[in-house]
Amino acid sequence: MSADLTGVTEVRIAASPFLWNSPGFRRFRRHRLAVFGAVAIVAMTLACIVGPMLLPYSDTFIDIRQRFAPPFSDPHVLGTDPLGRDILARLLMAGRISLAVGFSAMLISMAIGICIGMIAGFYEGAVGAVLMRFVDAMLCFPSIFLLLAISALISPSVPSIVMLIAMTSWMEVARVVEAQIKSLRTRDYVVAAVAMGASNRRIMFRQLLPNAIASIVVAATLNVAHAILAESYISFLGYGIQPPTPSWGNMLENAQSYLTSAPWLAILPGAAITLAVSSFNFVGDGLRDALDPRMDLP
Amino acid sequence: MSTFLVRRLLQALVLLLIVSMIGFAILHLAPGGPLSQFAAGGDMTQADLDRIAEQLGLNRPLPVQYAEWLWRMLRGDWGLSYRDHQPVLHIIASHIGATMELMLSSTLLAMLLGAWVGILGAIRRYSLFDALATIGAMIALSIPTFWFGLVIIYVFSVGLGWLPAGNRYTIGDGSALNRIHHLIGPCIVLALVSTAVWSRYMRSSMLEVVNQDYIRTARAKGVPERQVLLRHAFRNALLPMITITGLHVPTLLSGALVTETVFTWPGMGRLFLDSISYRDYPTVMGILMFTAVLVLLGSLIADLLYGLADPRIARNG
Repeated sequence: MSADLTGVTEVRIAASPFLWNSPGFRRFRRHRLAVFGAVAIVAMTLACIVGPMLLPYSDTFIDIRQRFAPPFSDPHVLGTDPLGRDILARLLMAGRISLAVGFSAMLISMAIGICIGMIAGFYEGAVGAVLMRFVDAMLCFPSIFLLLAISALISPSVPSIVMLIAMTSWMEVARVVEAQIKSLRTRDYVVAAVAMGASNRRIMFRQLLPNAIASIVVAATLNVAHAILAESYISFLGYGIQPPTPSWGNMLENAQSYLTSAPWLAILPGAAITLAVSSFNFVGDGLRDALDPRMDLP
Repeated sequence: MSTFLVRRLLQALVLLLIVSMIGFAILHLAPGGPLSQFAAGGDMTQADLDRIAEQLGLNRPLPVQYAEWLWRMLRGDWGLSYRDHQPVLHIIASHIGATMELMLSSTLLAMLLGAWVGILGAIRRYSLFDALATIGAMIALSIPTFWFGLVIIYVFSVGLGWLPAGNRYTIGDGSALNRIHHLIGPCIVLALVSTAVWSRYMRSSMLEVVNQDYIRTARAKGVPERQVLLRHAFRNALLPMITITGLHVPTLLSGALVTETVFTWPGMGRLFLDSISYRDYPTVMGILMFTAVLVLLGSLIADLLYGLADPRIARNG
């Protein structure tokens, strides 16, 4: 009853013109952002895979007469860096690394997070409590501090950076999965499976996991965004992907010293990171709306 | 309230214990270990290294080392920095002021801006402003903080010359005005993410409150709309924001590290980065533990404040 009344008052508050008011348009707009994100992700991935083969310059070719060429100069569309390397070629090669790191870190961190979350949610009691307190404790460390502390101790190769990011970003996933499994556990179909003598493993993987897939997919998409951002942070600070291997983060590493003379060195890779991360965030948000209407978080 | 308080404190203590174990494990099980800074010099024999390990107590079983380390931490003896042999706690204390100044000022900015955007978005739901705020917040959460810092420096320091490009104050000056002038840039940069978070949660909290019965009652009594929104709705919508602010501490600390690096701000984040490049394990460990304690304190204080502001929580939760 109260829902009807408040619905009426709400329309009165939202006294704004045009289509923006209609729920249909809202859904469309939301979807449009998600669609934009998905298209941008596909376009970026394709460009990074195919692009370097079509360019006249490789990312390591040094054009010594064209150092610090600004964008839109003749042979170098996006200009060159202090060594005379083509920025477009480097951006695309860096994109390969950054997107691959983001995606593989997501896969590993999802695997860890789903396992821990599922075990903690399924075996409530002591096991669950211990695991979730461990998750809480890991979340007490601010992520960049944790990433840097460990990255300084390991050899900075691409696989070790992937592991590092995965090891420090599975906790949110574990929380989401734990909450889901806990609420699904008491459903009738699970009780029925238990009554029919299904093993714990079967119940976990055949009954619970498929039904928690909506929130897992959403968490995975947002996790890629987080991983790309994490890679850019530690690479910018000098502890991530090491030159000469380019990544969007380490392309920005020395950009600050050339901010007056060559600002495009800083602007371009940062714009690429922002585009990639926001695309994944848009898609994640759209998926959340589409798959799981109950999780209406901001 | 008191049982709630005691239980919450006990939970925090247990968490702190686990946190200390994780921190200890990270720095001791990693390859390299505390001896690497001596070994890296190359002029030490294995016998020398063994002797140093013996002196520093590094050859004893890890649980023993952990227990001793924990006992020393609890007594306030956080070890000496390998770099300048100052007590770690002392070094942290001399840097925490700058970080706190940055974090508090940007939190204040984010609260004001975020609350304004969030409330307006909730009142004019689905308007153009609301749509732009939603998209803007999502993009703000996707922008790397260091890049935003570079853009701010490029526009306002290099381009317009309005703001200084770094440091906490001009050497030889240090007046309040000079310090505030230096604070503006890093404060805006650090506030970006917090503003986005605040505006989103403020909006949904406001939308939830507006649908409550007491708002309908207030309207039915003929209270002016402005007063309904600001006095009745806003004050109640602020309650969950206490928790959000408490939970936001880790993000804020991470952001502060990056912001301090870009703006050469002499705070704890830069100290941490410097200590890592020097392999100054006691300081790295000290700061890592210190930030974890800050995070724990943040959520603890938020919970207690929420309990005070909304007695229902303390009674039931």
